[in-house]
Amino acid sequence: MKVTIEVNGGPVSAEVEDRTLLVHYIRETAGLTATNVGCDTTSCGACTVLLDGESVKSCTVLAAQADGHAVTTVEGLTGQDGELHPVQRAFREQHGLQCGFCTPGMIMATVSLLEHNPKPTRAEVREGLEGNLCRCTGYHNIVSAVVDASGQEVAR
Amino acid sequence: MIPVQFGYRRASSVDEALALLAEHGDDAKLLAGGHSLLPLMKLRLAAPEVLVDIAPVEELHHVRIDGEDVVIGALARYHDLQGDEVLREHAPLLAHVAGVVGDQQVRHRGTIGGSIAHADPAADLPAAILASDAVLVARGQEGERRIPAADFFLGPFTTSLTPEELLTEIRVPRQTGLGWGFEKFTRRAIDWAIVGVAVSGKRVGLINMGGTPVRASAAEEALARGASVAEAAELAAEGTSPPDEPHATTEYRRHLARVLTARALETSAGSR
Repeated sequence: MKVTIEVNGGPVSAEVEDRTLLVHYIRETAGLTATNVGCDTTSCGACTVLLDGESVKSCTVLAAQADGHAVTTVEGLTGQDGELHPVQRAFREQHGLQCGFCTPGMIMATVSLLEHNPKPTRAEVREGLEGNLCRCTGYHNIVSAVVDASGQEVAR
Repeated sequence: MIPVQFGYRRASSVDEALALLAEHGDDAKLLAGGHSLLPLMKLRLAAPEVLVDIAPVEELHHVRIDGEDVVIGALARYHDLQGDEVLREHAPLLAHVAGVVGDQQVRHRGTIGGSIAHADPAADLPAAILASDAVLVARGQEGERRIPAADFFLGPFTTSLTPEELLTEIRVPRQTGLGWGFEKFTRRAIDWAIVGVAVSGKRVGLINMGGTPVRASAAEEALARGASVAEAAELAAEGTSPPDEPHATTEYRRHLARVLTARALETSAGSR
């Protein structure tokens, strides 16, 4: 079927199989490979993108379901001049990553979390990111990054 | 993992969805948020030939008061329900449970009707609608029928809906001011409940204590007789047949049901 999805502000159209998953459409059709396929079972959150501004796990959405809608990936957060989005900046400054595999999903889930809850407590961050797994960090610096991105002081 | 080939069709009204179901019969499955069906299809545990996407149906996203009932459109997403003011006031158990299903991303996609029609005995919402004494509204070619929640769940992943019917609404008698409580025990945050308990007023629904969500009848009867929370909770697993699995034996689940029922009833008593 013919699918047209607005990806990071520009339309991407392609003829794809009906069973195509959104994550594969993003990686292979749109050519944006920051979004990772991790568990492929709606658990790890590595494939998290924004669909109409809300975080979703793109391994569990059909490209057909996103037809006519808007998708934002982590590539779409960065400004034209390469300026980092506040959440990207905070993950970098707080060192909210080690290997980086979960990071695109973590960042997109964080953008959505802060949209719903602009000043979360550390506990609310942990609850809010329960759908994103990190196997390296132990989450401490990720939580700090989200608190930092929300404009709150990071407790030491 | 990629699902088996299927044909994707889109319905923008209930009538259109019913026409597509009538056309394809048993070969078709309805797709709402897809967060139960697509994982099964990726694991190839399900392989429908046609998917009828009903997400574009605009008429089924509402939450409104109709007389003594709160009426919830089957396509209302968990995320919409957890913050809905009408639901929080008149069916607070359901609003709370909608907010603890899966995770943030899942709640942006999953729908209440999808969870109920999928009828996973380990899912949160089916037990909560049992405890809420809800009535389910289904529409088919011959018109509409109302099914009490107690008659809806027939077995694991099996309901009294026919292949040609669409679940359209969930009608919940207003629970305004009733005490409520919810407990679920999981291995990790986003896992399905090993056992869960939903309490609204004097009704107790159990998650994963059998092939369908069930009411803890013996505990409810004890409460009606004026028994204490502790006495009633001791009876929570009576008459249930929970699954026996390596990580959670039948006896362990019975124990959990008693403990979690006590906690949910205590929360309920404190929330009135």
